[in-house]
Amino acid sequence: MSTPYLEFLSTELGPGLVAGLWTSLVVIGPSVLLGALIGLTVGVLRVYGPVPVRFVANGYVSLFRGTPLVVQVFFWYFALPFIKIGGVSIVLDPIPAAIVSFALCSGAYQSEYIRGGLNSIKRGQIRAAMALGMTTRQAVTSVVLPQAFRRALPGCGNEIVYLIKYSSLASLITVNELTGTATTIAKNSWRNIEVFCTLGVFYLFLVTVATGLLRLLEDWLSVPGFERPKS
Amino acid sequence: MSESSPILEARGLVKTLGGNRVLENVSLNIGRGRVKVLIGPSGAGKSTLLQCLNLLIPPDSGRVLLEGSEIDARNRRELCSFRQQVGMIFQDFNLFDHLSALDNVRVALMKVRRMSKLDATERAVAELTRVGLADKAALYPANLSGGQKQRVAIARALAMDPKVMLLDEPTSALDPELIGEVLAVIRDLAQGGMTMILATHQISFSAGLADEFIFMERGRIVEQGSPAELLAKGANSRTKAFCAKISELTGEADAEFRQ
Ligand SMILES: Nc1ncnc2c1ncn2[C@@H]1O[C@H](COP(=O)(O)OP(=O)(O)O)[C@@H](O)[C@H]1O
Ligand SMILES: [Mg+2]
Repeated sequence: MSTPYLEFLSTELGPGLVAGLWTSLVVIGPSVLLGALIGLTVGVLRVYGPVPVRFVANGYVSLFRGTPLVVQVFFWYFALPFIKIGGVSIVLDPIPAAIVSFALCSGAYQSEYIRGGLNSIKRGQIRAAMALGMTTRQAVTSVVLPQAFRRALPGCGNEIVYLIKYSSLASLITVNELTGTATTIAKNSWRNIEVFCTLGVFYLFLVTVATGLLRLLEDWLSVPGFERPKS
Repeated sequence: MSESSPILEARGLVKTLGGNRVLENVSLNIGRGRVKVLIGPSGAGKSTLLQCLNLLIPPDSGRVLLEGSEIDARNRRELCSFRQQVGMIFQDFNLFDHLSALDNVRVALMKVRRMSKLDATERAVAELTRVGLADKAALYPANLSGGQKQRVAIARALAMDPKVMLLDEPTSALDPELIGEVLAVIRDLAQGGMTMILATHQISFSAGLADEFIFMERGRIVEQGSPAELLAKGANSRTKAFCAKISELTGEADAEFRQ
């Protein structure tokens, strides 16, 4: 006869998942930040960059949105070491490989929201900024981006929520984050229902916290004309 | 050449947009403290001309000179410093929507003129006061009326100490009851000696202000002269015929010429 759920939770499942949670955060945190940075940069380049740069940036987005994330994760972890350039190859440890995959994929999606935000700002404001003597770069950074970012924030937030969930794919390349840890515990204990339901609660908790933080950010950036739609 | 030396001069501007010759060899110049009013039907090329004058739209050929020296549009520094000296007011205000009235005026002072925040604030408040909006400094564009937005836009341009102002139908997007407050600010500017080129359909207002009317049609300057001359009783000018048509339609005219 197995131990009751609460005992299983407090002695084995809980501590295991909490350790996995930290690893998940180590993967998610940098992925979110890098992804946002890539998304912002690529989004701006896709709208305001010189034509060849736009072309490359659009290619990047098509590639990373058009292939399954699992394939990308496997590529960075399993395939990259076999690519030798001048006799040198790059071998990524599991966690860095996961971060690279998630950041690049997330950046591609983020850039879509940023691009949409940029395009939603009327050209007239750029003209007004240039008429005041601003350079194109100044017009973009001090006039267009702050507005585009506010408009893009709900979409970007959504993407971060997705990222939290697809971080579970890191378990496929031996990262012992939440899902990896849960799988191990399930194998050893045969208590699949309890383990995976509890795992679900952990993700729900992560997503809830992230959603709350994003709300705070939106409220903090809110100015008349750019409020969060109250539902 | 001292008395007549123009502040801003355009020689032989030509611009083709989407296959249309929008400006057909347009030349004009304006001396210090003068007010010239651009009139003409919608689509005549007034907006294009004004934006070519500060090189927001690069002309296909032709030259623009500020105080006698030609602006090299390929030199970014020169271009930005030139635009700083040429204030531009747009029909649809183009305020920066994420910034308060104060910050709309302040942002270029800090970014372009590199003023300290304190100095920029002082200057911005002074300009907002000048257009009668000192008490609205903290409001955002979303909470300002059209007339107030246009006055903020004027304050924003004035803060850069422009040598000449280009105004592109500054009241055409406004409800009739808000036009007066903007016209009052423009009149004050003219009386204060500001050099201005103003595109407008407010004929009677601008007749009292303008040193010269410039009538444009299909990308050309068709007529120019003092309003008194062009609108005189018995004058047989295109300008007069056009103005008669506008005043006939007052009200609707305004809506019709929005674009
Ligand atoms: N980007 C553009 N592409 C093609 N045609 C344009 C463009 N902008 C303006 N035009 C055309 O140029 C002409 C002059 O326009 P505009 O300068 O706005 O006139 P106005 O300000 O006198 O009404 C119009 O016929 C307009 O349709
Ligand atoms: Mg126009």
